[in-house]
Amino acid sequence: MNPWLSLLRPGDWAAAGLAAVAVAASFPLLWQGGAADKAVVRRNGEVVAELDLSRTRTLAVAGALGTTVIAVEPGRARVAADPGPRQYCVRQGWLRRPGEIAICAPNHVSLQIAGRNNGFDSLAY
Amino acid sequence: MTRSPTEPASRTLATTADDHRIARLAAAAIALSLVDAAIPLPLPGVKPGLANIVTLLVLYRYGFATAAWVSALRVVAGGLLLGHFLAPGFFLSLTGAAASLAVLAAAQYLPRRWFGPVTLSLVAAFAHIGGQLLLARAWLIPHDGVFLLAPVFFAAALFFGIINGLIVARLLGEREAAEPQHA
Repeated sequence: MNPWLSLLRPGDWAAAGLAAVAVAASFPLLWQGGAADKAVVRRNGEVVAELDLSRTRTLAVAGALGTTVIAVEPGRARVAADPGPRQYCVRQGWLRRPGEIAICAPNHVSLQIAGRNNGFDSLAY
Repeated sequence: MTRSPTEPASRTLATTADDHRIARLAAAAIALSLVDAAIPLPLPGVKPGLANIVTLLVLYRYGFATAAWVSALRVVAGGLLLGHFLAPGFFLSLTGAAASLAVLAAAQYLPRRWFGPVTLSLVAAFAHIGGQLLLARAWLIPHDGVFLLAPVFFAAALFFGIINGLIVARLLGEREAAEPQHA
């Protein structure tokens, strides 16, 4: 028997177990970062559409170069197609957390996830 | 105020044996606070909380009032020595210590037969980080973003709470008195 373990009493095991469960539960609870509610599509900085993230749909936005296609699925959204030369915003893939943003700069279109709790803009210490 | 003519120019403050003991224990706690601050850890705010070992030992040996004194002295003197007296870090330290003492005031009445130093240490560690997070949320970083770090702090509280509690149990020499755990 490990001598250190004999220092633990029954209640200590219970307390440690309870604390471990609480810690494990806090990870998913606090790391969802606020529920994502909607996808905000902007052209030239102006909001052209606010898409509900609860159902699947696609949206075509006419930009400076051509048409950007936004795809929405439950809980996430992405830029499915864009006429921009380097395809950065398309390659970003699915966005699901509030505050995440894909900017198709050449076409002047952006897609941002918004929620009641908008994550944070910056954090410094 | 007029000074009384009968009063001597310099006086020695009468100290009791209690005062000496509190000072000695607080010195030990302060030393451990400095060790704490010197240990490099990846995330600011994650600390072993070694001074809590002294607080718990004092609580077990001399009671709650002495533990509160030692804890308060440790926070103030530790703040002076670490150079964050009255800076945000000081108030975080103060809040953590106050929250720990508040829950220990209740937890000390848990039946000793079932609950040992490890439980008290865990309770104190979680109260410590809980109080600090609430202060940080209310004052330093007024945004729910602070709670993203909370699970990491809780995990650290769990880990160091158990370790510190075991150290306290060992130092109290309660091995013989502990319930036999093996068949």
